[in-house]
Amino acid sequence: MGRKIRVLIAKPGLDGHDRGAKVVARALRDAGMEVIYTGLHQTPEQIVEAAIQEDVVVIGLSALSGAHLELFPQVVDLLEENNAEDIIVLGGGIIPDDDAEKLREEGLAKIFGPGTPTQEIVEYIRENVELESGE
Amino acid sequence: MEIVSELLSGDRRALARLISMVENLEPGAKKALSELYSYTGNAHVIGITGPPGSGKSTVVDKLTLELLDEGKSVGIIAVDPTSPFTGGALLGDRVRMNEVSLDEDVFIRSMGTRGHLGGLATKTRDVIKILDAFGKDFILVETVGAGQSEVEVVKAAHTTIIVEVPGLGDDIQAIKAGILEIGDIFIVNKADRDGADNTARELDTMLGMNQEEKDWEPPILKTVAKEGKNIDELNDAISSHLSHLKETGGFEELKKKQIRDEFLDIVREKIYSYTMERTAEGKIDEIVENVMNSEIDPYSAAEDFLEPLEEDRKD
Repeated sequence: MGRKIRVLIAKPGLDGHDRGAKVVARALRDAGMEVIYTGLHQTPEQIVEAAIQEDVVVIGLSALSGAHLELFPQVVDLLEENNAEDIIVLGGGIIPDDDAEKLREEGLAKIFGPGTPTQEIVEYIRENVELESGE
Repeated sequence: MEIVSELLSGDRRALARLISMVENLEPGAKKALSELYSYTGNAHVIGITGPPGSGKSTVVDKLTLELLDEGKSVGIIAVDPTSPFTGGALLGDRVRMNEVSLDEDVFIRSMGTRGHLGGLATKTRDVIKILDAFGKDFILVETVGAGQSEVEVVKAAHTTIIVEVPGLGDDIQAIKAGILEIGDIFIVNKADRDGADNTARELDTMLGMNQEEKDWEPPILKTVAKEGKNIDELNDAISSHLSHLKETGGFEELKKKQIRDEFLDIVREKIYSYTMERTAEGKIDEIVENVMNSEIDPYSAAEDFLEPLEEDRKD
């Protein structure tokens, strides 16, 4: 049995719209990954702690409240503080192009906007996780 | 090994990594477990099982709060099913554990069953040992939503809690062999709903019908886990059960049985992998074809297949 890809799907912030997050979680599950879903209203601290305990290789963040510019980079910073900067952080939600650019500068690996086919996310994770582990 | 000493010094990342290594059968995992073994045996392992939606995760969450209040540290293993078709899993028990997820004395790990039946994941027993060696006082193991025969949790736990809810099936369900026989403590959760008294009474009757002489009478508690109601009673019952085990020698007996079970499981697994390692590629497909074409029956095929092992033995 090979190394199974484990992904944390989390919703930071106060909005209660988790449909998108659940669709992505399900698509990753159907692609054979183990998806840890943490539910709504997570703080960046909770997300990073869960990612460490669950030993995931990817964190997928979803926010529809407009707080992404603040919350997503906090996750990246906290990962660094915990020596866990090897975990890939992806973002999703309603994120304007300018913001997406800023978030990439802040250390997010990629932003997937509304309407992204889930297969694209699956493939992105597969390719980049393999690169990371040097397989 | 480095990862073992890191873990023993309290490094959470080393702990999380080692669990993955064990789950993925990575090289070094077995050696690490051997090295850790002498540090295990201090935690009180509690299994929590019951049907899907009965509130197991919420019970775990609230029970953890109680234990933290007493200054204890807690490891939580939450098992959810792996898809038999894709190998993927959605592990969602953390959703109900937000109250404790940031406490530094708590470590939560979600596990997919990865093809294992019986209510636990393939490597749950090993993960229990890892958390035990890490120094957790209590380890709570939440099984997959269990029906009737998911009783494997007793192979791993010192105290097994069965979570029932009002209004599921009639009393004949409870007489069937299986889950009712393994409970040390029963709780009727969501007891603010209609029928809770009936469910508790039915459980009581069924347990009372057990003729076997038992020195521990499993208590039946009514809880509303979401509101934390009666979780303190549950905690008391857990302590009583542990004291009972220790006083009556039941603890030693249980431990002996668990070690035997585990040893035999390891041997079984070893024999299987030993055989498979010595099997030429395509051999299994060939046998399947032959059975498909009625050239041989599966029983004789297995005999033939294992013949070389016999030869090895004679050498």
